[in-house]
Amino acid sequence: MRLTDHEKSIQAGEHGAARQRALAQQIEIGRFFDAEDFVEVAQAHIMADTESLGEAGVAFMEELAQLPEAETRVVIPTITDPRGADFNAYGRINHDAAYVELERRADKAFRALGILMTDTCINYQTMMPPVIGEHLAMGDTGVVIYSNSVQGARTNYEGGPSALAAAMTGRTPRYGFHLDQHRRGTARFEVRHRPGDWSEWGALGGMIGRQMGSYFQVPVIDGIQGSGPAPTSDDLKHFGAALASFGSTALFHMVGVTPEAPDLETCFDGAPPDPVSLGKADFDAFLSEYAIEGDGLDVVVFAAPQLSLLELEKAANLIKGRRVADGVALVIATNPENKNAADRMGLTATLEEAGAVVLEGVCFYQMHARELGEANGWTRLMTNSAKLSNIIGGYGYEPVLADMARCVDSAVAGRIV
Amino acid sequence: MAGTVIRGHAGIGPAAEGEALVAHDNFSARYDLDRIRGVFSRPAHKLHDENYVGKVLVLNIAKGGVATAWMLHEMASRGMAPAALLLNYANPIIAQGAAFAGFPLIDRFETDITRAIETGQHVAVDPAAGTVTVDGGAA
Repeated sequence: MRLTDHEKSIQAGEHGAARQRALAQQIEIGRFFDAEDFVEVAQAHIMADTESLGEAGVAFMEELAQLPEAETRVVIPTITDPRGADFNAYGRINHDAAYVELERRADKAFRALGILMTDTCINYQTMMPPVIGEHLAMGDTGVVIYSNSVQGARTNYEGGPSALAAAMTGRTPRYGFHLDQHRRGTARFEVRHRPGDWSEWGALGGMIGRQMGSYFQVPVIDGIQGSGPAPTSDDLKHFGAALASFGSTALFHMVGVTPEAPDLETCFDGAPPDPVSLGKADFDAFLSEYAIEGDGLDVVVFAAPQLSLLELEKAANLIKGRRVADGVALVIATNPENKNAADRMGLTATLEEAGAVVLEGVCFYQMHARELGEANGWTRLMTNSAKLSNIIGGYGYEPVLADMARCVDSAVAGRIV
Repeated sequence: MAGTVIRGHAGIGPAAEGEALVAHDNFSARYDLDRIRGVFSRPAHKLHDENYVGKVLVLNIAKGGVATAWMLHEMASRGMAPAALLLNYANPIIAQGAAFAGFPLIDRFETDITRAIETGQHVAVDPAAGTVTVDGGAA
C-alpha cells in the first residue's frame, strides 16, 4: 500500500506501539482487499459488547487502557454499538452478575481511550447522522448499510478491532464501499407488494439478503417509489438491518428513495439486469418460515435494531391499559437517549405499567441471549424483527416473526395469537 | 506435504494444517456457532452439531454480522478455534478478525473450494502464498 508521511511515521512507531500495531493490522487487511492507500475517516463506531469481546477481548482493552493516553487516545470522534448489559435493569431479567462485571471492566477500558459510550446501533436516528460522501469506519452491519444506502456515506463493515484501529489512526484502508466502482448495482429486484409494517420491511430485506452471493453485491430495489408514501427511517432501518443480516450486504439502492438512485439506469453500469420479482406470496412464504407449531410463548422482544422514539410510542400505544400475561415477558431495547426521552414523555411508564421491561444501551442478541434464555426459561420467542429472527435460532430460541400489533396481542394473551 | 495445490488470493495469518470440515454453506461466528462447546449450533446450518475445533473449516462465504471480528480472537484464546478458515469469498469482518487474532484465512480460489476439498482430508494452508495443499489430491 502507498503510505503518506504521517502513515509512515505511525508505521515507524513514532506515535507509540499501540498505533503502530493498529496500522500494521490495517495494512494486512488493506493488502487482503488490494487497497492502494488509506482514506481518512470522520468517525468510528465500535462494537464493544462483552459477548463478542469475551474475557480475552476485555483483557486486550485493559492492557491498552494502561498505556499512556498519548499513545492510545482516539484521534477521531468514536462511538459504540450496544453494550452487553443494562447496568440499571440487569437484575430484572436475571442477567448473570459475572457478565455485568465483565461489562463494567470493558466500559472502563473503552472510556480510558476517549471513546464515547453511546451504546447504540441507531446512531443515525439519535446522534449525528452521516452525510453523503462522508468516509466513516462504522461497526454494526445495520449502521453500515443505513449510512451507505440511505445517507450516501462511505463505510465498510468495520469489526470491533478494526474500528478501534481506525479510531487510533484516523483512517482505514480504501477498499470496498469507499470506492465508486463498488457502489454500482449488481442485482435488480422488482417489489410488487408494498411492505405493510416493519416485519414485512424486514422480510423484504431477508428475501433479498438470502440471494446475495458476496459482500460486494449491491442490490437495486425498484417498485417502492409510487407504491405508497415514501418509506420512513424506521421502515428503511428494518429493511436494511435484515438485508445486512441475511446477506452480509453493506449497500443497497432503492430507486427514487435513496440518494444514489434517482432512477434505475443511474444505478447500473450498462443496461440493468433482468429483475427478480417479489410479490405477496413471497412475503407470506418468508414469514411462514418463522412460524412454529403450537401457540406456546415465553418472550416477546422488540429490538435489533434498537427502537426509535417513534417505535417506542407505537409499542406504548398498542399496550396502553392492557397487561402482559403471567409467564410471558415483553422485553424492549433502545438506546440511552431514547430511553431518557421515553421516560420524559411517559412512554416508559405506559410500557412498564403494562408489564414490559424497557432496557437501555443493549440489544437482545448482544447480551448473552443463550444464558438469558436458560435463566428465564425462554425458548419460544416472538418478534417483529426479521434480523433478530435470523440470529436468535443459533442461541437456542424458536423465533416467530410477526407484526408489532400481533406480538403485543400475543404478549397480552400469553400465547401466540 | 505432497498433494494437489489449490490457489487463492494471498491471505492472512500464519501457516496451518489439519483435517478439513467442509460444507457448501456460509459462516458467521455469532449466528452459527456455540462457541463454548465448539460446535455449529444454528439448526439450519449444514454442519449443525459438528465440532469445528482444530479443523480446517471450508465454507462458501462469510455472512452475518460484525461480531466475528472479536470472536476469532476470543475463541483462539481458549483453544477453541478452528485451525484455519477457507472461503470462496471472505468479507471484511472475517479478514479483520483474522488480522486481529493472527488466524489463518484464504479466499478467492481458482475453483469452488467447497467442492475441491472433502471432509476428513488433511490439508495444509499457506496464507502468505495463498495456497492450500490437499493430501492425496483434491476431490
